[in-house]
Amino acid sequence: MNAELVADFEKRYASGTIIRAAFSQPAEGFFSTVLFGPSGSGKTTVLRCLAGLERPDRGSIRMAAQTWLDADAGIHLRPQARGIGFLFQDYALFPHLTAERNISYSLGQIPRSERRARVKKLMEMLGIAGLEARYPHQLSAGQQQRVALARAVAPQPRLLLLDEPLSALDAPTRQQLRQDLRATLAELKTPVVVVTHDPLEAVSLADQAVVMSDGQIRQKGPTHEVFSRPADPSVARIVGVETIEPGKILEVRDGLARVQVGTVELLTIATTFSVGPVYICIRGEEVTLERGQPPHTSARNRLAARVIALHPEGATVRVNLDCGFPLTALVTRPAAEQLNLAAGEMVIALIKAPAIHLVPR
Amino acid sequence: MDWTAARVTLELAGCTTLILFVIGLPLAYWAATTRRWWRVLVEASIALPILLPPTVLGFYLLLATGPHSPLGRSIERLTGELLPFSFGGILVGSVLYNLPFAVRPFTSAIAGIDRKLIEASWCLGISRLGTFRRVIFPLAWHGILTGLVLAFAHTVGEFGVVLMLGGDRPGITRTLSVSIYDSVQSLDYAAAGRTSLVLVLFAFAVLSATYALQRRVLPV
Repeated sequence: MNAELVADFEKRYASGTIIRAAFSQPAEGFFSTVLFGPSGSGKTTVLRCLAGLERPDRGSIRMAAQTWLDADAGIHLRPQARGIGFLFQDYALFPHLTAERNISYSLGQIPRSERRARVKKLMEMLGIAGLEARYPHQLSAGQQQRVALARAVAPQPRLLLLDEPLSALDAPTRQQLRQDLRATLAELKTPVVVVTHDPLEAVSLADQAVVMSDGQIRQKGPTHEVFSRPADPSVARIVGVETIEPGKILEVRDGLARVQVGTVELLTIATTFSVGPVYICIRGEEVTLERGQPPHTSARNRLAARVIALHPEGATVRVNLDCGFPLTALVTRPAAEQLNLAAGEMVIALIKAPAIHLVPR
Repeated sequence: MDWTAARVTLELAGCTTLILFVIGLPLAYWAATTRRWWRVLVEASIALPILLPPTVLGFYLLLATGPHSPLGRSIERLTGELLPFSFGGILVGSVLYNLPFAVRPFTSAIAGIDRKLIEASWCLGISRLGTFRRVIFPLAWHGILTGLVLAFAHTVGEFGVVLMLGGDRPGITRTLSVSIYDSVQSLDYAAAGRTSLVLVLFAFAVLSATYALQRRVLPV
């Protein structure tokens, strides 16, 4: 059996709230699990339990051969003894230490020359070389994020725990760092558990997704599968992205990318991407359906689509389509009736270029 | 001015401050970080001397450590001296009486530190003691210093506990505040005035320094 992180525990609060989590993932090499859900869903509590900062009331956590938690046997390993790297949501850099001293904080046991070399290598790898002598308040949010990441990975942890790693950043920085982060994590070859409420972050960072709400796991599985095939409408509402498909950027010109998806080509906005494999993400409500020959439209992507199935959900109808790749549209019930939508019918699906989000694959 | 009393006063204040530093910091750390509900009871007990007259504490300590109590007798066997009317006696009284003046600034300084910084240090493998030394102390030092300065100054000005527990033994338990009382009793108003002026100036200097310290902001 390969070494695995196996977590199955329950944390109860005096208020009556119960947080339950059960999942496993490889404990060696780069593999990432995302705990995904709205705020208040309990995902950060799960992360804190993994770190040993919270003590679950029941269950167990095993990391490879080591028991981190066994509530029945009264075992609760201190955070210090778990060999983890924890990236806090607001980074929690030590305000009285320079960037360099923050990163080398845990390296007191290592000879000075080796310590310096390791810090230097990490700072170069994360693109923050030259900021050694700066204090946290002299760094931008993006730089703070990277210093905090360097500090977390400096002691070469066995498991990396990231709490909303990009949420404290402004949108352009976030988009840039989202791509960098996956590459960095893959290079470190460390297993990762990451908490986020941003679907694009989840899809770009994680191999496995665990969707949570109200302290419970709603669905878990390969990220791309969970996001493109939610198990039920409540999960679909949580993940918010109905279509996620692998694609390939064929060409980037004037900030627009031609992307091959299934048998068709889509036009999208590509600010920081170059030719290569990607995932395309489309929210159901961004897809417009039409019948017959539409007049001229600003929507750049017009696709002939066959209706596969209709799923009424209250005031809206979820429409599964085949347009060369599986596409899901969310339309209102009157619209569905007016268009006479039924399985097997042909329609035109319109998607504006900015509504197609690209994430690295 | 009574220089012997001045020496006793400084010795008492110095020892009190040192002891409060050693026992007050762990106490403050516990009070600032624990989630136990009975924390409020401990905090209230520590703060009691702020409201109680020093005679109450002095009275209970006299009873507890006098020759008629088991505790008093064992202390006498151990040290060869009863606690009341000794330097050790006024030291114990002054430590207890000054506890809130040290522990309360310590506690608020430690409680003011973002808990995530402490947790970040733990997650980086640093022990609780190491975290205290490398994160909490550097970030709370101005509060800790404020507490120590206040405790020192308050001990210098202490009267009730010292008189109750120490009596008035020159060179052993007679402090400056007690010597003022003596001077007034013997109608030597000039000596009382001189010593009082010294204490006023000292207290003023200390309070000015404390306020200056509180205004000081770390490069955060």
